[in-house]
Amino acid sequence: MDEILAQVFQIGFFAAMIRIATPLIFATLGELFAERAGVLNLGIEGIMLLSAMLGFSAAYFSGSLWLGVLVAIAAGVLAGLLMAGLTVTLGLSQHVSGIGVTMLCSGLAFFLYRLIFGQPSTPPNIRAFETVALPWLSSIPGLGPVLFDQHALVYAALILVPVAAFVLRRTPWGLALRTVGENPHAADSAGVSVAATRYQALMLSGALMGVAGAFLSMAQFNAFTFGVISGRGWVCIALVVFGQWNPWRSAAGALLFALIDTLQLRLQASGVVNVPYQVFLMMPFVLTIVGMALVSRNARAPAALLMPYRKEER
Amino acid sequence: MNEPTPLLAMRGICKRFGAVQANSAVDITVQPGDILGLLGENGAGKTTLMNILFGAYSPDEGRIEIDGRKVNIHNSAAAIAHGVGMVHQHFHLVPRHTVLENLLVGRKGKRGLLDADAARRRLAEIGRHFQLILDPDRLVGDLTIGEQQRLEIIKALFAGARILILDEPTAALTPQEADGLFDALRAMAAEGMGVIFISHKLQEVRAITSHVTVMRHGRVVANLENAPEVSRHRLAELMCGRELTPAVKPERQPGRVLLRLDRVSTREPGRTNLAEVSLDVRAGEILGIAGVSGNGQRELADIVAGMLPLAGGTLEIDGTPVPGPSARRMQALGVGRVPEDRMVTGLITSLPLSDSMVLPRIGAPPFSRRGVLDHGAIRAFVEDQIGRFGIKAAGPDVRAGTLSGGNLQKALLARELAWDPLVLLAAQPTRGLDVGAARFVHDLFLQLRDRDRAVLLISEDLEEIFTLADRVAVMYEGRIAGILDIGDADVRTVGLMMAGAGGTA
Amino acid sequence: MIRLRLERRDSSPVWLSLVLPVAAVLATLLLCSGLVAMAGANVWTAYSTLFLSALSSRVHLVETFVKAAPLIFTGLAVAVAFRAKFWNIGAEGQLLAGAMAAAFVGAREGLPAWTLVPLMILAGAAAGGLWACVPAILRTRYRVDDVVSSLLLNSVIFYAMTALLDGPWKDPLSGYPDSPDILMEAEFPILLQGTRLHLGVLLAVVAAPAIWWVMRRTTLGFMIRAVGENPVASRYAGIQPGAVILKAALLSGALAGLAGVGEVGGLHMQVMAGISPGYGYTGIVIAMLARLNPLGIIPAALFFAVTVTGAESMSRATGVPVFLAEVIQGTALLAMLVALLFNTYRIRIASHG
Repeated sequence: MDEILAQVFQIGFFAAMIRIATPLIFATLGELFAERAGVLNLGIEGIMLLSAMLGFSAAYFSGSLWLGVLVAIAAGVLAGLLMAGLTVTLGLSQHVSGIGVTMLCSGLAFFLYRLIFGQPSTPPNIRAFETVALPWLSSIPGLGPVLFDQHALVYAALILVPVAAFVLRRTPWGLALRTVGENPHAADSAGVSVAATRYQALMLSGALMGVAGAFLSMAQFNAFTFGVISGRGWVCIALVVFGQWNPWRSAAGALLFALIDTLQLRLQASGVVNVPYQVFLMMPFVLTIVGMALVSRNARAPAALLMPYRKEER
Repeated sequence: MNEPTPLLAMRGICKRFGAVQANSAVDITVQPGDILGLLGENGAGKTTLMNILFGAYSPDEGRIEIDGRKVNIHNSAAAIAHGVGMVHQHFHLVPRHTVLENLLVGRKGKRGLLDADAARRRLAEIGRHFQLILDPDRLVGDLTIGEQQRLEIIKALFAGARILILDEPTAALTPQEADGLFDALRAMAAEGMGVIFISHKLQEVRAITSHVTVMRHGRVVANLENAPEVSRHRLAELMCGRELTPAVKPERQPGRVLLRLDRVSTREPGRTNLAEVSLDVRAGEILGIAGVSGNGQRELADIVAGMLPLAGGTLEIDGTPVPGPSARRMQALGVGRVPEDRMVTGLITSLPLSDSMVLPRIGAPPFSRRGVLDHGAIRAFVEDQIGRFGIKAAGPDVRAGTLSGGNLQKALLARELAWDPLVLLAAQPTRGLDVGAARFVHDLFLQLRDRDRAVLLISEDLEEIFTLADRVAVMYEGRIAGILDIGDADVRTVGLMMAGAGGTA
Repeated sequence: MIRLRLERRDSSPVWLSLVLPVAAVLATLLLCSGLVAMAGANVWTAYSTLFLSALSSRVHLVETFVKAAPLIFTGLAVAVAFRAKFWNIGAEGQLLAGAMAAAFVGAREGLPAWTLVPLMILAGAAAGGLWACVPAILRTRYRVDDVVSSLLLNSVIFYAMTALLDGPWKDPLSGYPDSPDILMEAEFPILLQGTRLHLGVLLAVVAAPAIWWVMRRTTLGFMIRAVGENPVASRYAGIQPGAVILKAALLSGALAGLAGVGEVGGLHMQVMAGISPGYGYTGIVIAMLARLNPLGIIPAALFFAVTVTGAESMSRATGVPVFLAEVIQGTALLAMLVALLFNTYRIRIASHG
C-alpha cells in the first residue's frame, strides 16, 4: 500500500494537478460568466475543441505560440457571438442552441484539421509552451515547484480567479451582469442593456473557453487530437453548478476534479491496481455526476438562467 | 395659449401590436406639482402608454415633450436621463442582491468600481427628505412588499426622476401602507415633481390625484380637472363606457359545512407556512380571505387544492376527512379550483385551448378509455363549454395563449364548473380582468352560492371581498388574524388586521 | 446588434411544417458550400456525389434504408424526450446499452431458437430504457441538469463497453476488442434476398407511425405534451410531472436501445467500439428537423442516412474531408432552430435601435 502511495504521490504530482486544473479553470470561469448573465453556454465542448484546433494550427504555421493563443481566443469570441445571436437576439432555446453550436464547432474542427493536415501517419506537433520558473518564488521548498514553476497560462488562470470574483462583485459591469442574470427587467429599467450585457458575457465566455482549448493543445499536449477535449467541457458545466456559480468555489471544484484526474492517471500508470484502465477513465465522469447529485438540489442558479428576454412581447 | 410649459406632454401617441391598436392618438399633460390619475380598465392602454414614456416600446406615431422640448426616448436609459422614473406593478428588483446593489445597477462607477459610499450618502439624504427609509445592507428578498415598493420609489429618485410613474402601486398594500405612500407622493408633488398614478381603484384615484385622464380601448375618453369632486359612479361609467348596476347578493341561510380546516399547519422550506389555520365554509356561503400577498394565502389555496402535504391538523370536505390530500383526490371529492396566476398554474398557453380544458380529467371517461383518447368526446365537450360560457375563441384548436384574460378565466371556470363542484376555490379570480369580465365571474360565484355550493374566495381586492363575501377571514403571517361577518367589517378594521395590528377573533 | 421584433402568430399555417425543414436544409447546404469550395472541390460535383451516390442503384438505395434504421430510432427517441422537455442527449449511450444487451442475449446458448430474436429486442429496449431513467431520476429527484448528466453518462457507458470489449468479451483467438458473435438463430431475418435489408429496418419504419399514435392518441402522449409545455399547470391538474418524465425517459431510451439492437442483430452480429458513429447525436438533428413529429422522422432520417453514406463517396471522389457531414448536421440543427421561429412568430426588423 505504501508503495502505491509513494508511486502516486511522487514529485510532480501536485504540479501536474495544477496543470490539469488550468484549462478547467479557464473554461469553468467562462461558463460561469455566461450563466451569471442568464445564458447556459452548452457550446463549451465544441468551442474548446475548435479553439484547440485553430490555436494549434496557427502556432504550427507561424511558429508563435502566443499567436496561437490569440487565434484560439478569436475563435472562441466568434463562437460566443454565434451563441449570443441565437439565444439573445433570437431568443431560441439555450439547450438546443448550445448543442447545435457544439456540433457545428466540433464538425468544423475535424473538417478543417483534415483539410489543413490531411491524414498524416504521425500527427503534426509543435514545441509546446515551456514552464517559466518565477525567480525566488519557485525555490520555496514544497510550494515553489508546484505553483511557481509552471506555464505562463497557469499563472494567468490562478490570477484570473480573484480577478473574476472582484469584477463580478465590485464593478458596475459585474453588477450589471449579475442583475441581467437574476432579473433582466430590473437591469433594463435601470438603463442597462440586457442584450448588450449578454453579448459581452458570451464573448468573454467564448474567449476563456478558447484559452482553455489552446492550453490543451499547446501546453498540456503538443498536438491536436480528436479526443483532446473528450467531455472536459461538460465537466466544466458541472463544476459551475458544483461551485454554486461562485468563481472561488468553482475553481476549487476544478482543483478537486484535477486531483481525481491526476490520481487516476497515476494509478493507471502505476499498474499496481488490477482494474481495466477504462474504469479509471470513467471515474471522473461518475464522480462528477455524483457531485452534481449532491449539490444540485440546494443549488440556486441565477434566477433568469435559460430565460430569453424579449421586451416587446405581449 | 398662455398655459405654463408643462413638465411632460405626450401628444398623438399611437401604438399597435399586431391586430391590437393599444394606443390611438393619446394626449396627456402633466404640470409641475401635478398628480395625474390615469384611469382605465385592463387593456385600455394605460400600461402601454407608460411603457412608451419609459422607453420600453417605441410609439408608431406621436411625440413626447419634456419641459416643452421634444425628446426621443427609445430605451429606458434615455427615459432615466430625461428624468422619468417608473415603479412597475411587478417590481423590478433582484431579491438576492442588497438594497444598495439594487440602487447601484446601471450607475456609473468611480474609477471603474462601484461607488458604494456616495450611494449610501444619497440614500440617507432621500430617506430624510421624503421619509423613505431603508437599510442599505438588507437583502431585498427579506423586505416586505411595502418596503420593496419604497425601494422602487427610492430607485427612481436616486436616478434623478422628476416625473414618477406608478403602475397600480397599491395593489399589494394594506390600506394603511397605501396612506403612507400617498403622503410621500404628495411631498414629491409639493417639490414640483410630476406624478402619474395608474389605477383602476376609483376611491384612491379620487383621494390622491389632482386631475384624471380616463382611457378606454386605447383612447382618451375624458380629462377631468378636480378629480375628487367627480363621483365614483361617473368615473366607473367613463371607464367601461356603460351603465353599471351593482351585483345583487340576496340574503341566504348557510347550510352544512362543506370545507373545514381544523388547526392546519404546513412545513415547507422557503414558504409562508400555515400555523394552525382553522376555518369552515358552508353550503351557500362565500368566505373571503383578505390579506397582503405573501401572508399564507397561496399556501392555504395549495392545501385546499391538494398541492401541499399537511404537517398538522385536519382537512375535511363535506364531512370526509382527507388525511393525505392530492390534487386528484381533492378533485374527486368535489373541489373545483380557479388557481392564481392562471397562465402558469391553470392553462397551457402554448397548446390548443381544448387541451387545457380537459387537462384535469384526461385520464378518465369520457375523455379517454384504457389510456386511449377519445378526440370526439373531447371536442364535443369543449365546443359545448365554449358556447355555454360565451368564450370568445375561434374554436377548440386555437392556441390558448391567444385568448384574452377574461376568456381564459371563463375557460378555466367552465372546466371546473362542468363537474359541479361542492367547493370552489378561487384565488385572485378577477385579477387582470376588465370590469365586464369581472362582473361575469362575480355573478357566477353568486349563482354557486344560490345553488348551495361553498366558495372560498382569496382576493387582495378588498372591494371584491366586500361585494361578494358573507364572511371575511384575514390572514397575517400564516395565521388567521380574525374572521368577521361582512356586516360587522369595515375597511379600516380589516386593514389593521392585514397589517397584524388587529385583535384576534 | 440587430434588433428584431417578434410578433406572435395566432396559428401556424400547415404548409410551414413542410417548407421550414426544406428551407433549413437548403440554407445549410448553401452555408456549407463555402467549406466545399475551400477544400478546392466543385460545389456542384461534391453535392451531387454526396446525394446521388446513395440513390444511384437499387443496392445503394436499400443501403440508405439500412443506414436510416438506427437514425429513425434515435430520432424518435429524441422526439419523445424533447416533447416532455426532458433533454435527453444520451440516445448515444442508450443505443450502446441496447446493443450490449442484444449481444449478450443473442450469444446465450440453451434458449429455444425462436425466442432469441424477440428476447434480444426486449432486452435491448429494456437496457436502453433503464439507462435513460438515470438522467431522468437525477433530474426529477436531484435536480441535476439532464443535458449535462446524459452527456456525461454517454462517456460512462462508452468506457464500460470498451472495458468489456477489452476484458471478458475480448476474442481470445484474434485478440480483437469485439464481442463474441451472436448465434445464427439470433440473427435478424433478411427481408430482401441479396441485400442487407433486415428485420430492424422494418421495425424502425413501423415504429414511427406507432409512436405518432402514442403521442397523438393516448393519454400518455397527452401528458407528455402537457408536462413538457407546462409542468406547473399539469401538477395542479393532478398529473405527476416526475412520473410522466420517467415514462417518457423509458420510452425514449427503449427506442434508442432498439437502434443498438438492430445494428447488432441485423448488421454486425456483435458489438465493437465503433458500433455507433454518433447516431445518438444525429438523432437530435433529425428530431428537430422533423419538428418532433414522429412521421417526419422517417424523411429526416433518410436525408441524414444519405448524407452519412454519401460523405464517404464524396470524400473519395473530390477530396472534401468526410467530416463535412458533421458540419452539415450542426448547421442543419441551428438552421432548423432558427426556421422554427417563423412557426410561432412573424419577424419584423425594428425601425431604430
